[in-house]
Amino acid sequence: MNKYIERIYNGVFKENPTFIMMLGMCPTLAVTTSGNNGLYMGLTTTVVLTAANLLISALRKAIPDKVRIPAYIVVVASLVTIVQLLLGAYVPVVNELLGIYIPLIVVNCIILGRAEAYAAKNSVGLSFFDGIGMGLGFTVALTIIGSVRELLGAGTIFSYKITPSSFEPISIFILAPGAFFVLALLTAVQNKLKLPSATNGSGEKAGLACGGDCSHCGGSTCTTNRDKIDATKPEIGKNKN
Amino acid sequence: MKELLIILIGAALVNNVVLSQFLGLCPFLGVSKKTGTAAGMGAAVVFVITIASALCSLVYNFILVPMELKYLNTIVFILLIACLVQFVELVLKKYSRALYSALGVYLPLITTNCAVLGVAIINVQSDYSLLTSVVNGFGTAAGFTIAIIIMAGIRERIEFNDVPKSFQGSPIVLITAGLMAIAFIGFSGLF
Repeated sequence: MNKYIERIYNGVFKENPTFIMMLGMCPTLAVTTSGNNGLYMGLTTTVVLTAANLLISALRKAIPDKVRIPAYIVVVASLVTIVQLLLGAYVPVVNELLGIYIPLIVVNCIILGRAEAYAAKNSVGLSFFDGIGMGLGFTVALTIIGSVRELLGAGTIFSYKITPSSFEPISIFILAPGAFFVLALLTAVQNKLKLPSATNGSGEKAGLACGGDCSHCGGSTCTTNRDKIDATKPEIGKNKN
Repeated sequence: MKELLIILIGAALVNNVVLSQFLGLCPFLGVSKKTGTAAGMGAAVVFVITIASALCSLVYNFILVPMELKYLNTIVFILLIACLVQFVELVLKKYSRALYSALGVYLPLITTNCAVLGVAIINVQSDYSLLTSVVNGFGTAAGFTIAIIIMAGIRERIEFNDVPKSFQGSPIVLITAGLMAIAFIGFSGLF
């Protein structure tokens, strides 16, 4: 398979950021009250992720290793600001729907995760397609979760009424607790079928410095693993020579 | 005074940061295995969010607004928070050993906690003054602490329960969170 197409396949299916790597759970739970919201959030994140991957990959030789995380954060924050201003100017509806979750894309761990795990090591072209692939994977996942919640909670999909009038919508599913229940059922099904996923500990870790295991992490594994990786770097260098 | 109280309770219980706004989920799910560590994380979050709200509010009202650079708030806030966490860690290490050993391990985790940036942005979007920002920040962080400690207490008991095999691990934790969220919806009738 063409290596660029492979990146997209990888992002949507093999290493889907939501279903398999369980990254970026805050926006996943918060904005998926309807299929539309999930779609908008996914597309916005895709734009930021692709541009961030592109820029970080282009700058990967210019950014000193010690300050790379702050540098990435500045790049991502600038891109998010640009996207937020563009949305406010051209599609204010989306800007109002997603509200505070647009600026919070900065701290979405998918973006820093991909920058660290992929864009910092690979060519501009590959990083660009990796961004599109991961972004599409995120969009698909959010749209599916959003549609399921919308169907159960309001009886509609993309605002079209499709259930018979005898169906009484279970409105808890579009409220906050519904998000937790839907995700709980999803992970339970993954556990039952032993599907690859970060939550049942058998998923592909994708060479992420943090291991991609968000549900058990809390943030510390990132730094400890980084130290381990840094410690092994000189040895690898020696072997090469 | 009454207004401040409403903001405080609203931020802590009615719009609970984890259970109704889904901010700071990673530490909520990740560091809630034991009540002790959960309380430590909660204390560190209260500490950082309160200071960060004050700092971001000051910078926004006295630097960004006069210079008409409001649109830069996301970039400025995230950098301020990252620097603040590093700074707090250094200061605690030097001057307060006891506090550092209690909170130190949790501090690096907080930079990536979206609740901190979330509160700073909510403060700005709601046009809060310095005082109301600090109160809102403190209330939000208190809400986080309440939620994470309750969660840890429940999880300690779940350990001894007979959970169906496919629900062991994160699914049962998420269901617990969902039930807590239902309970917290009850607070929305408070005002």
